[in-house]
Amino acid sequence: MLTFARMGNKLKQLSELKLGEKAVIDSFTDDAMALKLLEMGCTPGEMVELDKIAPMGDPIAISISGYLLSLRKEEASTVLVSPLN
Amino acid sequence: MAEQQSILHLNNKSKIKVALIGNPNSGKSTLFNALTGLNQKTGNFPGVTVDKKSGTIKFENGSTAEIIDLPGTYSLYPKSMDEQVAFEVLCNPDNKNYPDITIVVADASNLKRNLFLVSQIIDLKIPAILVLNMMDMVEKEGDRIDTTRLSEKLGVKVIGISARNKNGINALKDAILEPIPVPQYDFIDIKKIAPELVEKVKSVIKVNSDFAAFQIINNLNEMSYFDKNKDRKTKIEDALNTFIIDKNQLQQKESVERYKVINRLVEECITHTSAIKTETFTHRLDSILTHRIWGYAVFLTVLFFIFQSIFFLAAYPMDWIETLFVSISKTTANTLPPGELNNLIVNGIIAGLSGVVIFVPQIALLFAFIAILEDTGYMARVSFIMDKLLRKFGLNGRSIIPLISGVACAVPAIMSARTISNWKERIITIMVTPLMSCSARLPVYTLLISLVIPPNEKLGFFNYQGMILMALYLIGFIAAILAALVMKWILKAKEKSYFIMELPVYRTPQWRNVGLTIYEKVQVFLWDAGKIIVAISVILWFLSSHAPGNKFAEIEKKYTDYSWRADLNDAEIEAKIGAEKLEVSYAGILGKSIEPAIAPLGFDWKIGISLITSFAAREVFVGTMATIYSVGDSDNTQSIQDKMRKEINPKTGLPQFTIAVGFSLLLFYAFAMQCMSTLAIVYRETKNIKWPIIQFLYMSALAYLASLLVYQLLK
Repeated sequence: MLTFARMGNKLKQLSELKLGEKAVIDSFTDDAMALKLLEMGCTPGEMVELDKIAPMGDPIAISISGYLLSLRKEEASTVLVSPLN
Repeated sequence: MAEQQSILHLNNKSKIKVALIGNPNSGKSTLFNALTGLNQKTGNFPGVTVDKKSGTIKFENGSTAEIIDLPGTYSLYPKSMDEQVAFEVLCNPDNKNYPDITIVVADASNLKRNLFLVSQIIDLKIPAILVLNMMDMVEKEGDRIDTTRLSEKLGVKVIGISARNKNGINALKDAILEPIPVPQYDFIDIKKIAPELVEKVKSVIKVNSDFAAFQIINNLNEMSYFDKNKDRKTKIEDALNTFIIDKNQLQQKESVERYKVINRLVEECITHTSAIKTETFTHRLDSILTHRIWGYAVFLTVLFFIFQSIFFLAAYPMDWIETLFVSISKTTANTLPPGELNNLIVNGIIAGLSGVVIFVPQIALLFAFIAILEDTGYMARVSFIMDKLLRKFGLNGRSIIPLISGVACAVPAIMSARTISNWKERIITIMVTPLMSCSARLPVYTLLISLVIPPNEKLGFFNYQGMILMALYLIGFIAAILAALVMKWILKAKEKSYFIMELPVYRTPQWRNVGLTIYEKVQVFLWDAGKIIVAISVILWFLSSHAPGNKFAEIEKKYTDYSWRADLNDAEIEAKIGAEKLEVSYAGILGKSIEPAIAPLGFDWKIGISLITSFAAREVFVGTMATIYSVGDSDNTQSIQDKMRKEINPKTGLPQFTIAVGFSLLLFYAFAMQCMSTLAIVYRETKNIKWPIIQFLYMSALAYLASLLVYQLLK
């Protein structure tokens, strides 16, 4: 498990972010998903922002390292993030 | 250094092989088109359904190079079929497509993520050129990339281009002709991640680089190279069997290491001149196109336009094609001496060709739209807003385009399912699309509905005939959705279904790409599906125009006898001869022989014959009915209906075409796989005879059961 210990902020799932909320990627809870997300640039320490939620509530789109990445909520729930205040 | 040996001196080689690789949306296809123009063809990679686009680059000095466009991929981890192909070509020096040079295309406006794949190629030590595409976008955003520095750091040649504006293409061509060294440095130190493992592999097998050894450790079973070199595979397995290997962890570590280096590199080589970097245009457009009301409104409008075009706009060129072929067959019939050969060419081959070419307008129009939707970046949004709804049925957000297009014609619709990258979702889409009521069913529906339902019957405000027609379209759609649901449970996924994909920024479409897409799709259809369609047409022609023994001669002789002619005119006699000939032909024999099987559905042998002949295309049902009921002019629906209405069932003494038979037949045509062209294209698109066979069987079974049920209930 790749973990960036962060003090203070409580971790939450990427799927729980609110629209426009920013966070830093901390770790993954699913190995297969982690590999796919890592190659897309979702590395621990990288900043993400929840940019869009599809009209039916799922999937979502996050802004990461300068581009828009869409993923299903189920997939996003395997990413733990530390919200930025 | 051993690597020095692999420097290529291209001038010594007759024809060099170039592979083009890059992330999806990196502009790889645009570059491919810019390099090859019309010198490209589509084949397929052996054993998989992934299309292989290859072409020729012509250089000013007269030499040429062969270029292969590998499927877009984010990494060299073979997870999907597309990625497997790219992986296989680049990681197996024995592969016949193994390139001399690899051109890695990277979207310069999205450099970080694109450098990931670049870094893996570098570590494989394949002679490579890095092409930074979309440099115009970078400049527009006020950024500057120091390509010289990047090139020094990476140890490969870096060329900035803008494939859309054809900027830098010549510089790239020049670079291909120069000697390309293998990348000089390791991007990351793989030995840090798995020191003993890499050493172990290198001690038993000769590899180009540490990363190649690392890839072997992680993908030993995915590499076809080792299927042929079993002894080497065993050697490696033996060498590694004392280790506990967590492949996923190894690759995760590798990814993190790569991005660490990439982050440093990007920091060093990109200077931001403007403070904020936002794609405001894309952002603003997205607020409409992915809006919960406007998003769907726009999408429905787009679908409506696509549908209108392939349904109505295509009708004009289709008419011209039909007219053209009618005149060709008339001329041919009159030019060639009458006889068997004449008959074969005119009614077998030319009719078959006409049945192929007739699809071209619809295919061209649909793919023009699809190319535009893909090119602009809108298709990704369609997936985004439709995914939740369609996922439940085992379909993909993109499945909606094939399904709706299927209302016009299943052939182009099934071809358009190619935009779905997940294997299972794509197969399900292909399998259920023909259940959508296509335009070829319309003449059959019209004939049958007006046969059994009186025209002026109304339920309040609504006309019965119209309501039934609508119900048939609805039934088709519901059947497609339910069939998808069933297949979702039955089919095993070959790969995990991800929705992890980029939403690319919006761009204006490139007409050149649109034109080349149309060209490619039409070409694939004509060659690959066309030959199957013509072959089946010839068989169907033979069945309906030949009879055992000299039955045909007997019929003709019968009508030369004056007493049979009575007071019929020539046309009426022709029609009667036609009807009797069809009855005794092989198709007639087949139709009669299936009568016991279709009797429970309320069908007689005459319908049986029509079921067989309309396998060519559903609308042939009308023509065959016209022949059987000896109506000379098959365009005259009114007189076909009159004859059918007067038909008496010999067993009951009542009219043959009752409401029960009518509905039974309508449902049969709604569900049955009565279209050889669709089966041919399903075979072409799945590259496996299994799928068209399963499709034929399940749709026929569905049709049979539905007709049986409705007939037994209503009779």
